[in-house]
Amino acid sequence: MSEVSVTKNAQGPAPAGDQLVVLDNVNKHFGALHVLQDIDLTIHRGEVVVVIGPSGSGKSTLCRTINRLETIDTGSISIDGKPLPQEGRELARLRADVGMVFQSFNLFAHKTVLENVMLGQTKVRKADKTAAAEKARTLLDRVGVGTQADKYPAQLSGGQQQRVAIARALAMDPKVMLFDEPTSALDPEMINEVLEVMQQLARDGMTMVVVTHEMGFARSAANRVVFMADGRIVEEAEPNQFFNNPRSDRAKDFLSKILHH
Amino acid sequence: MNVLLDHLPEFRDGFLGTLAITAASAVLALVLGVLIAGFRVSPVPPLRAFGTAWVTVLRNTPLTLLFLVAFFVVPQILFPGTSPFVLATLALGFYTSSFVCEAVRSGISTVPVGQAEAARSIGMTFAQTLRLIILPQATRTVLPPLSSIFIALTKNSAIAGAFSVAELFSVSKLLSDQGFAIAWIFLWIALAYLVITFAISGAFRFLEHRMGVAR
Repeated sequence: MSEVSVTKNAQGPAPAGDQLVVLDNVNKHFGALHVLQDIDLTIHRGEVVVVIGPSGSGKSTLCRTINRLETIDTGSISIDGKPLPQEGRELARLRADVGMVFQSFNLFAHKTVLENVMLGQTKVRKADKTAAAEKARTLLDRVGVGTQADKYPAQLSGGQQQRVAIARALAMDPKVMLFDEPTSALDPEMINEVLEVMQQLARDGMTMVVVTHEMGFARSAANRVVFMADGRIVEEAEPNQFFNNPRSDRAKDFLSKILHH
Repeated sequence: MNVLLDHLPEFRDGFLGTLAITAASAVLALVLGVLIAGFRVSPVPPLRAFGTAWVTVLRNTPLTLLFLVAFFVVPQILFPGTSPFVLATLALGFYTSSFVCEAVRSGISTVPVGQAEAARSIGMTFAQTLRLIILPQATRTVLPPLSSIFIALTKNSAIAGAFSVAELFSVSKLLSDQGFAIAWIFLWIALAYLVITFAISGAFRFLEHRMGVAR
């Protein structure tokens, strides 16, 4: 994915099989609020897409529709060629292939860190306990919290918890990772330790959808920036172009507010 | 005073009878209650409707009426010859399960929604999410109301005495019919109930304490 498509239907050597997540004309309402309006978005394998935008623009909702934590009203979403099924076993299987990292970490509070990372492997992938523990320890080491394996989530700092959450998602060998504002609940000094793990993931070629307010991360790690406002995708561009030369007024306005302090 | 010593076997049988029917219906109520609570929060509409109907019917019906149904309708239609103990256990267990269900459901709603979302996002099914993630964390909240429910169940089991199940209340009736001083009989019966209910509160206090440390 060295070539970054600027628009959805860009010309380029992107065969159909290369499309991992496809949202087609997605609409969603929360009551009277039209939170997602005619969303078309294609994420290719190995691509890092960063979704930014003001609060309430629908970016978190967009992220959560991809593994159907939020249902959609109309349109279609498919992952690796398969449309999202209805709630049930098939959807559960598909979710296992889509890693998700939440703003509030959501580690299982009654399980140790190690058990958190093992649980999906043993219960969903039916992996052997020893193998699962070994893999969990490797992943915990990789995100830099290997020494905390036997603690409970509440005993860890926010940054450590979020890194465990990333390890928990990675333990499922996901095809794509969704990050829903992964650093928004963190103290400033802990943001970097999480972003570094994410940078490394991006370098390793993981397909990622990242909803964030971290413009630095968007600049350095994204192949493409998706700017949302009022439930619409207003602009899609590669990071340099978006940050240096945004086309839409809405994006210019947004960037002027966050970049000049 | 002598009533107790002279009729120790009757009191003992009554005590054991109350203990047995309380324990049996408590187990039944717990199993059914947790199951129905699962139904009530499930994503499958027919299951939710069934759970709601179950709770509405059983919780709002007088227990005596349920006993009448269990003893005079159920054997006629379904299982002729079922023993009074089983019928009483069914009536008590079903009735209590509706209260257990609601207590469990209140516990489920105290677990942050993010826990279920995280479980679902790693591919757990609804049943796995409930069993492995939600219920273990709900247990602590559910224990205090559950303790009250089981104490109420113990005392409700007295109704079974009126339906020819040998338990404490039927012993008191038997002995007072024989003309013994009612005050003494009641005193001993009340003490026997207290032994059971105190044991229940003690057991639950112990459980609460242990779950408090475990986390």
